[in-house]
Amino acid sequence: MDNAQLLISGLANGCVYGLIALGFVLIYKATEAVNFAQGDFMMLGAFVSIGLTNTEYMGLPFWLALPISLGIMGALGYLLDRLIIRRLFGESQTAVVILTIALGFVIRFVAGLIWGHEPQTLQNPLAGKDLRFGGLVLGLEDVAVIVVTILLTWGLYVFFKRSKLGLAMQGASQNQLAAYYMGVPVKRVQGFIWALAGVVAGIAGILFAAKGAVDPTTGLLGIKAFAAAVIGGFGSLPGALAGGLIVGVIEPFASRYIAAGYSQIAPYALLLAVLIFRPNGLFSQVRVKKV
Amino acid sequence: MRIVFKTDYMQDIRPWKDRYQLVLYLILLTVVAAAPWWLDEFYLGELTNVLIWAIAGLGLMILTGHTGQVSLGHAAFLAFGCYANVALIEAGVPFLVAFPLAGILTGIAGVTVAIPALRLHGIYLAIFTMALSILMDDIIVLSEPITGGVAGKYVGGVEIFGHLVDRWGTPDQFFWLVLTVAVLVTLGYINLLRAPLGRSFIAVRDSEVSAQAMGIDIARTKMISFALSCAVTGWAGALMGLFAGAFNNETFSVLISIQLLMMIVIGGLGSIHGAFLGAIVIGFLPQFLSISKEYAGALFGGSTVAIPGLEFGIFGMILIAFILFEPMGIYGRWLKIRTWFELFPFYRKDMFKRQKSYLKTERLR
Repeated sequence: MDNAQLLISGLANGCVYGLIALGFVLIYKATEAVNFAQGDFMMLGAFVSIGLTNTEYMGLPFWLALPISLGIMGALGYLLDRLIIRRLFGESQTAVVILTIALGFVIRFVAGLIWGHEPQTLQNPLAGKDLRFGGLVLGLEDVAVIVVTILLTWGLYVFFKRSKLGLAMQGASQNQLAAYYMGVPVKRVQGFIWALAGVVAGIAGILFAAKGAVDPTTGLLGIKAFAAAVIGGFGSLPGALAGGLIVGVIEPFASRYIAAGYSQIAPYALLLAVLIFRPNGLFSQVRVKKV
Repeated sequence: MRIVFKTDYMQDIRPWKDRYQLVLYLILLTVVAAAPWWLDEFYLGELTNVLIWAIAGLGLMILTGHTGQVSLGHAAFLAFGCYANVALIEAGVPFLVAFPLAGILTGIAGVTVAIPALRLHGIYLAIFTMALSILMDDIIVLSEPITGGVAGKYVGGVEIFGHLVDRWGTPDQFFWLVLTVAVLVTLGYINLLRAPLGRSFIAVRDSEVSAQAMGIDIARTKMISFALSCAVTGWAGALMGLFAGAFNNETFSVLISIQLLMMIVIGGLGSIHGAFLGAIVIGFLPQFLSISKEYAGALFGGSTVAIPGLEFGIFGMILIAFILFEPMGIYGRWLKIRTWFELFPFYRKDMFKRQKSYLKTERLR
């Protein structure tokens, strides 16, 4: 019973990690760059929704604030690509890495300026309600997090596998020049994917803020999400979710069954182990070219 | 513009361009070495700090700037060098033996890390080292008997030839100690870049495939690069420990790693000057911010309250500006200015333009 409770809370946390990891993987799939600020994006999305919904700020109704905040996040993602990332076309990956780390600092600073440094929660219709199965207590927010994450992952997976735009994105990342020749609007595709990553970060932020408190340093969760993305192998959407779930489940069990001091090491140790033994992740996309 | 006509190969790889340049650097060194006489104690301490950061920057520059391996975890090696140095001194080893040994031990630790890291490319390596830097915090807490854990360690002065050299008691001597290390490391670095080894580093950075075709053993080169880089970083860490006087598991956080990387990017990747220029920016940014805050407060009558995260926020903005407009850093900008004057009126806008490359995936080999 106890273990099941741990498992459920672990899964809900893991879904948040998985959502941030989805953002990493989306951008990586389409542009081969890694956005180190994805965690801070999630924090920003959480604060934007809080700023719109909570009574002490704007006090809009929750279901109205939701699409608005997602729209804001998408626009921010697009603007970021338009104004900054696009200028780095043809530069090394390292440049994007360092730039996004710096961006994370700036986002944290700005969020602290606007919303202060106190932890805050999102006022939402699901708060405080729970489902009971026998002895299990499920927070309704946890259920919502799990359901939304699975739906989102599935939707994005189908989008990349089936739709013309999704395939264009894959093509644009695999060989940019060839994609240009084939008439893929590479720049527009890149802008779109950054906007999509912004929306995903917004969803993750809203779910996270509904579950618990956010403050400007919440973005540091992004590091655990890295572990999730690496375990899943950068470049596989279901893999990112699976990695997130693995990291999320390991955490509570480690803190329960491993001596204090060693327990918080677990996710990072797992990350290092995966990088050492299977550098391409457990669900890797690496295929050796025949020619 | 001075044109040097080279007449033999030894002249081509001389560490300095000509005698004029050598004299300039010697004058600079003399002026800096005389700093205790023309700086008050506070700014001398700041200058010492800048030099220590510059040594750490040189350490990371070997790996990131010249071998092209991005490391987001060098704070772990700073911590390793710092604790190794203090542990050796506490075990009764004299400082002049303990200090080099601390660097060498850190180099060995670096190689141990490099063995698994050799299979990793670009971003994966960055994530790997970042995780390492986060883990170091816990490792320090767990190895309490050596490191003092959360309570940390306190270190007083060190003894050199019977002299007690201490950050607070004898700041002048401490400054010279740091300066000596900095000069030695820099000279070693200059000579490394003249040697086949340093050139093979650069070859690996620019193209691994081409380097392999030229007969460079990539794995070995990367290992040596890791070893040298970590050794220098370890020395910087040891000096940092002496400078701070007290440190614990949180002193060398992952933020320090990130700060180090950003520092050499701002200074200019792949140049020795870059490490020093970046260190100057990092070292004096807090001062600059506090002074500008006072001015702003005087102008607008506002309060000079501390804004949390301001430093890193400003720092991030500076960095974004550099990556967008000046990828070669401060040193690159200086090169452009100098070239403009040397070639006047023939300087052209795109002289330093880099070739753009279209992206190809790493996932399909």
